[in-house]
Amino acid sequence: MTDAPTDSGATPRWTLDGFRLGAVGMLPLLPGLVAFGIAYGTVAARKGFTLADAMLMSATVFAGVVQLVAVEVWPDQLTVASILTLAVVTGTVNLRFLLISASLRPWLGTLPGAKIYPSLFLLTDTNWLLAMRYRAQGGNDAAMLLGSGVTTWVVWVLSCIPGFLLGSAIGDPHRFALDLVMPVFFAAMLVPLWRGARRAVGWIVAGGVALAVDHFVGGWWFILAGAIAGSVAGGWLDDRE
Amino acid sequence: MIANEPFAFMAALLAMSAATYLMRAGGFWLMGRVPIGPRVKRMLEALPGSVVAATVLPIVIKSGPSALVAVVASLAAMLVTRNDFCAVLAGIGAAALMRAGGF
Repeated sequence: MTDAPTDSGATPRWTLDGFRLGAVGMLPLLPGLVAFGIAYGTVAARKGFTLADAMLMSATVFAGVVQLVAVEVWPDQLTVASILTLAVVTGTVNLRFLLISASLRPWLGTLPGAKIYPSLFLLTDTNWLLAMRYRAQGGNDAAMLLGSGVTTWVVWVLSCIPGFLLGSAIGDPHRFALDLVMPVFFAAMLVPLWRGARRAVGWIVAGGVALAVDHFVGGWWFILAGAIAGSVAGGWLDDRE
Repeated sequence: MIANEPFAFMAALLAMSAATYLMRAGGFWLMGRVPIGPRVKRMLEALPGSVVAATVLPIVIKSGPSALVAVVASLAAMLVTRNDFCAVLAGIGAAALMRAGGF
């Protein structure tokens, strides 16, 4: 992910062509995004959100994993404390974006802040992957990142609609197992994340700690505790396979 | 149950949005100042899978045998098809069948 391209000294361009290239380049990656949006819409409907609320969350938070977790654990009473808790959970789940955005520094470090910081609002795992591939192939137009982000944003906000309609049309969600959409979708996500048994030790630690915290503490703290424990365990493993 | 006042709801979304942007911009900003070492890098790499495992496992244990079958079916479908749609359909389909059968 830190392949140094040959023209690394050149300041990136910023053109409409680059923007268009990014916006269109996202199209092959959309099916996965739409599947995610449908899963999120279904869970939001089942949890009693309105369609407007669900879309507003997609537009502002714009982070699939955390939205799926948030609608599942949404507090009955929004207090200052529960809003802060939501923010802490959001930040923790999204810590991986630190790494993703850090990896853009060597390429985009010379770009003015007024161009890069708005682009970073629309940074996701998917369009980051696309941008890094583009860069590795020698591309040097930074507007490409913004273009791919805009496509991702539009499709993400719209894709919760079919899921929401499905979730609210089915009267008995338990019978059709719609209460399991979130865990089932998350479990499937582990397959592309798989990097060998050694790297999965962190996941096992995460699951074990989450079970223990769920049993002894209750509430939804098990997500935070398990995620942090798994991440720390993963960090202390060395790189030998 | 989501009948929180609109003001509080917007405040919650803004807080979550700010927390996310802090991470999205933070790595880029930090990288100009401090290098991210290999240990921190591995921790951040282990995070997505850890979030998933920590969320799914307690929910599955609490939801009973149909949830366990759903997760196994979803994993199997994902391994074979590499398609999120198929995985979710296989998972909830398996669970719905189990529940229709009285489990």
